[in-house]
Amino acid sequence: MITIQSVTKTYGGFTAAADVSFTAQPGRVTGFLGPNGAGKSTTLRILVGLTGATSGTATISGRRYVDLPNPGLQVGVLLDASAQHAGRTGRETLTVAQRFMGLPRGRVEEMLDLVSLTAEEASRRVRDYSLGMRQRLGIATALLGEPEVLILDEPANGLDPAGIRWMRGLLRDYADRGGTVLLSSHLLHEIEVIADDLVVISTGRIVAQGAKSHLLRSAGSLLRTTHRQVLARALLDAGVSSSPVGEDGLLAQADTAQVGKIAFATGVPVVELRPADGGGLEDMFLQLTADTQRDTTSDNQPATDHQQEGAVA
Amino acid sequence: MTTLDTASGTPASTRATHRRIPLSRIITTELRKMFDTRSGFWLMASIGILALLATVAVILFASHGQLTYSTFTSAINIPMTVVLPVIAILSVTSEWSQRSGLTTFTLIPHRGRVIAAKAIACVGVAVVTIPLAFGIGALGNLVGTAIAGVDPVWDLTISNLLAIVLANVLGMLFGFTLGVLIRNSVGALVAYFVYQFLLPTLALILAASQDWFRNLQPWVDFDYAQSALFNGALTTQQWTHLAITGTVWLVIPMTIGLLLVTKAEVK
Repeated sequence: MITIQSVTKTYGGFTAAADVSFTAQPGRVTGFLGPNGAGKSTTLRILVGLTGATSGTATISGRRYVDLPNPGLQVGVLLDASAQHAGRTGRETLTVAQRFMGLPRGRVEEMLDLVSLTAEEASRRVRDYSLGMRQRLGIATALLGEPEVLILDEPANGLDPAGIRWMRGLLRDYADRGGTVLLSSHLLHEIEVIADDLVVISTGRIVAQGAKSHLLRSAGSLLRTTHRQVLARALLDAGVSSSPVGEDGLLAQADTAQVGKIAFATGVPVVELRPADGGGLEDMFLQLTADTQRDTTSDNQPATDHQQEGAVA
Repeated sequence: MTTLDTASGTPASTRATHRRIPLSRIITTELRKMFDTRSGFWLMASIGILALLATVAVILFASHGQLTYSTFTSAINIPMTVVLPVIAILSVTSEWSQRSGLTTFTLIPHRGRVIAAKAIACVGVAVVTIPLAFGIGALGNLVGTAIAGVDPVWDLTISNLLAIVLANVLGMLFGFTLGVLIRNSVGALVAYFVYQFLLPTLALILAASQDWFRNLQPWVDFDYAQSALFNGALTTQQWTHLAITGTVWLVIPMTIGLLLVTKAEVK
């Protein structure tokens, strides 16, 4: 259980985090979402005591991180997979962490096995690792002490499609067995697929949070009907705005139950009715963070998403 | 791929309260980190190799009259005054330059403990390697004099040797201090070499030309005050010089460095 209460961090006149509050619950994957520079990393760094907060508190299982006697056994942390000594082998990197935590020697080989680094790869220096291999090594370090909380900053970076799927399975399984996972990303689809809860941050402020299912519901319903104009007017009369989609579709800003009721009352046949999922979070994300999106970022967004979809498939 | 269940227990399992990581474990692990990279290993190995080379050089080139134990130890001491501080500097700065500090300071969220452990590990390295190097020198003295057909001369007392160990430990700690203060490998190394090779020359020139500095030098020049350790027993005044210059060059910068380290962001 992670609790962040009113955390604020200012650097001179710049506010990196402003009154940030949220929790990450055991048994759930909490996605921490925001564009680059929104304050995700600052918040996570404050959480693990690497950066001091200007005000506010961050606790893990009720204790401040710096008060944990042997943090590695309670919290697995991966903030930056590139931040590893280039001259150490992968195995040695894990061994150093294993010794700090006071764990049995065998844990190192178990973890190498878990993240699928071969014996040959583990004997290579980290400078010769790809970003994907560094991510695997970082995840191995985070899981070494069998912690009950995982804090990962952009863990999918550099992983290949199979690696992303593997990571997703690993985190899902971890949360299903009662672990708390806090996972940051700017990759919308990655988060949308894996997270149970979402926290969206923009320019240092939390702009949305809650269960994913709840947040996505606000994206509305998609329906197809033989009498589009009639139904659009009926929806408007009921206070629900809608916009035409395709030949006979409507995107209504209400959940499917409400739209179904209105359609039934109006007496028009509905061919299809479902929650508007595709890009729901993306719409919300772009909308919530519109003021901070640079043009180039917006332009690149579809390309990134496309890659991600490829990865998901 | 391996499933999580086989390799990792239940993450939510309630555990007995964990013990605080003992300082001894941080020290031994930091010690390991000084050897476990190729550069770290060869730096350590170079102490032995250079001590051996220096000993051989003395045997080859020293005249019979010069073949005394102190000739060997001073020859061995030259590479050591360079290598030991470099080891100390890199043990600190690599956490920033190599960014491994992100993991270290996350696993041990008390930077003062990590720095203290590193300092103790450094002193440990000095205390073990210097007698080892002196041992090589002693062998050299036996072999060299046997080859030359003269009696070996042991012209250093135990207190002389201890003073040399102290001088090297102080030199190493000065390098360590620079590492803590600067937190960048290249910057700290350059600063150390300026201190070690440029400043003494400048001080020498200044002392030769300016009377006021010649009188002041023992009270401000750490290197000068340390040099007394290589030349036999220290007088009370020389100890005072060492204490005062040590405070100025070691204790104060170290205090500032520690304050900076606890505040500095680890990127």
